[in-house]
Amino acid sequence: MEYFLTEEQQMIVDTAREITNEKIIPVRAELDEKNEFPREILKDIAKADLFSIFVPEEYGGFGGGCFDIALALEELARGCVGVATSFAASALGIYPVLIAGSEELKQKYLPSIATGEKFAAFGLTEANAGSDASGIQTTAVLDGDEWVLNGTKQWITNGGEAQIYTIIALTDPQKGARGASIFVVEDGDPGFSYGKKEDKMGIRSSSTRELILKDCRIPKERMVGRKGTGFITVMKTLDISRPGIAALGVGLAQGALDEAVIYAKQRVQFGKPIVSFQAVQHILADMAIQLEAARALVYSAARHIANNPKNMSKASSMCKVFATDMAMKVTTDAVQVLGGYGYMKEYPVEKMMRDAKILQIYEGTNQIQRNVVGQELNKEYS
Amino acid sequence: MHIVVCIKQVPDAKDVRLDPETNTLAREGVESIMNPYDRHALEEAVALKEEHGGTVTVITMGPPQAEEVLRESIACGADQALLVSDRAFAGADTWATSYTLAKAIQTLGKVDLTLCGKQAIDGDTAQVGPGIACRLGVPFVTCVQKTRQSSTESIIVERMMDDGFDVVQVPFPALLTVVKDINEPRVASLKGKMKAKKATIPTLSAADIQAEPQNLGLTGSPTQVVRVFSPEARGDRTVFTGTVEEQVDQLVRQLKDHF
Repeated sequence: MEYFLTEEQQMIVDTAREITNEKIIPVRAELDEKNEFPREILKDIAKADLFSIFVPEEYGGFGGGCFDIALALEELARGCVGVATSFAASALGIYPVLIAGSEELKQKYLPSIATGEKFAAFGLTEANAGSDASGIQTTAVLDGDEWVLNGTKQWITNGGEAQIYTIIALTDPQKGARGASIFVVEDGDPGFSYGKKEDKMGIRSSSTRELILKDCRIPKERMVGRKGTGFITVMKTLDISRPGIAALGVGLAQGALDEAVIYAKQRVQFGKPIVSFQAVQHILADMAIQLEAARALVYSAARHIANNPKNMSKASSMCKVFATDMAMKVTTDAVQVLGGYGYMKEYPVEKMMRDAKILQIYEGTNQIQRNVVGQELNKEYS
Repeated sequence: MHIVVCIKQVPDAKDVRLDPETNTLAREGVESIMNPYDRHALEEAVALKEEHGGTVTVITMGPPQAEEVLRESIACGADQALLVSDRAFAGADTWATSYTLAKAIQTLGKVDLTLCGKQAIDGDTAQVGPGIACRLGVPFVTCVQKTRQSSTESIIVERMMDDGFDVVQVPFPALLTVVKDINEPRVASLKGKMKAKKATIPTLSAADIQAEPQNLGLTGSPTQVVRVFSPEARGDRTVFTGTVEEQVDQLVRQLKDHF
C-alpha cells in the first residue's frame, strides 16, 4: 500500500533495506546461535548515517522524528529484531537527554550518538521495578559537586556495550515517583560496573545486562532536567519510543510473511505447491491482513506523535499492543505454514517466533499498555 | 591524495539475454547496475581517502543514463564525478575505451592512484584497467585482493595468483585493478544520498578530452565481433540418488560405460 513517504523517508527505508539485505540477513542465524553482539553491523549502520536519524540537525543529526526512526526500525527488524533492538536502544537511551537535557549535555553527547561512534542505553528497570516502575530503589545523593549513585539496574539493553547510560534514581525517596531524577553515567565512571549477562530466548544478538552502581560518583552537571522530574521525562521517552517497538513488530511480521509465502509456493504436497490449498491461503491471507492493519496504525500513531501533540500516550500504547500481538501471531503462523521445517533452526521463522515474544513484554508489557488505553478512555469520557 | 575510480554501468547479470536477431546484449527492460567489481574499487578508494585524506573522483564512459552510477558513487563516498559521454565513443572496444578513459584522466591534473574493478561483468575482458595504465604510462597491478600498507607515496598490495598471491609494492602514480575479496563495500549513507541528489555532474565530450577522432568508438576499435551466441543447452543430465556410496557407484559405472 502507498503510505506517501517523503523523498527523505524513502531514502531512510532504502538505506535500512540495503543494510538488512546485505549485512544482517547473511549473519543473523550465527549471531543468534552465538549470542553475539552485532558490533560490525552497528558500524555499518553508523556509516550509513542511520544513527543520525533521531538527532536534531544542530547536533550533527538528520533531524527526523518518531516516524522516521520507525521506518528504519521496521526494515532492520525484517532482518533481525536483535540487531534492530540494539540500534533502537541507543535512541531510547539518549531520548531523555533530547527531551529534558541541558544544552551542555546535548552538546556533549548528541554528536557522538549521531555518528554512531557511541551507543546509549536506558537504565530504568530493577529487580523490584518492572511494570511498577515507581518501585525503583536506586538512589542518588548530592555530595559537594558530585552525585553519588547506588543501586542495581536489571535487563538493560546495550548494557556493557554502550558508553552512555541514562539512569533513573531516587533523589527524594520519600516522594516515590515524584522524587525520581535522571542522570547520565558513562562507561568507566568510578563505581560503575556491569553484572550478569542474560541468556535469552530471543533477540540473542542484543546485549542484556545488569548495571551496578556502587558509590558511583558523577559530576553535578550530569543530572538530566530538573530534580524530581525524572518520571515525567521517562513517561515522555516511552511515549515516543513505543511506536518504534511497534515498528519492530511490523518488520518482523513482514519477514515472517515473506518466508511463509515463498515456502508455500515451493513446497509440494499431494502433487501441488501448498500455496494452492485454501487452508494455507487463508493462513497467509490472515497474516497479510493483520500485518497491513498494524502497519497502518503504527504509521498513523508515529506521524501523530512526531507532531508532538499534547496527548500521545493512547496512540503510542495502542500501536505497541496491536503490532506486537500481531507479530507474535504472524510469526507463529509462519512456523505453522512451514510445518516441521519451520520448527527447525535451518529456517529463519523459528528464530522469528522466539524474537517476537519479547515485543509483547519490553518497553511496557502489553497488559500495561492496555491499562494506559483504558485510563485514557476513562479520562476522555469523564 | 587524488584517487580516480573508473566505473562502468552494466546490465544486471541476474538477467542477461542475447538478442537473437542482432547478436548483441538485449538491454531493453534489463536493470542497469554498477559493475560489482567497481563497487569494491570505489570502497577501497574511499577507505584510502579516509586514511590519508584527499579526493576521490569517479569517472565513467557511457551514455547519459550512466550518470546514475556516478550519483550512486557519490552516495558511497566519492567527492566528485565526471561523465565521459559523446556519440563518437559508441561501439568502443577495450582498446578505444582505454584510450578514451586515459585521455579523460589526463584532464584531471595530478592523479596519484587510479582504481578499476578487475573486469566488467558484461564483457569480462579485464583489459581496460591495464589498457588505461599503458596509455597513462604508469605501473599497474591487477587482481589486487588486499591492501597491506599504504602511504601518500606508494602502496603495498597482494596480487591474487592461481596458487596464492604476490606481495607487490608500487610507487604512485599507479593503477590497480581489484577483486571482490579486497573489502566489503559500504551501504550508501543518508548524507551521501542527499549529496548525490544535489551533485552537478559535468559531461566531458570527445573535444573536451582532446581525443583523436580516429581512436574513438567503432572507428578506433580493432576488435571485430564476428558472431555472438549462447551455447546450446544440453539436456542430457542424470541425477543420482541414494546414499553417497550408492551415488558414487552409479557415477563410476556410468564413467566406465562411457569411456
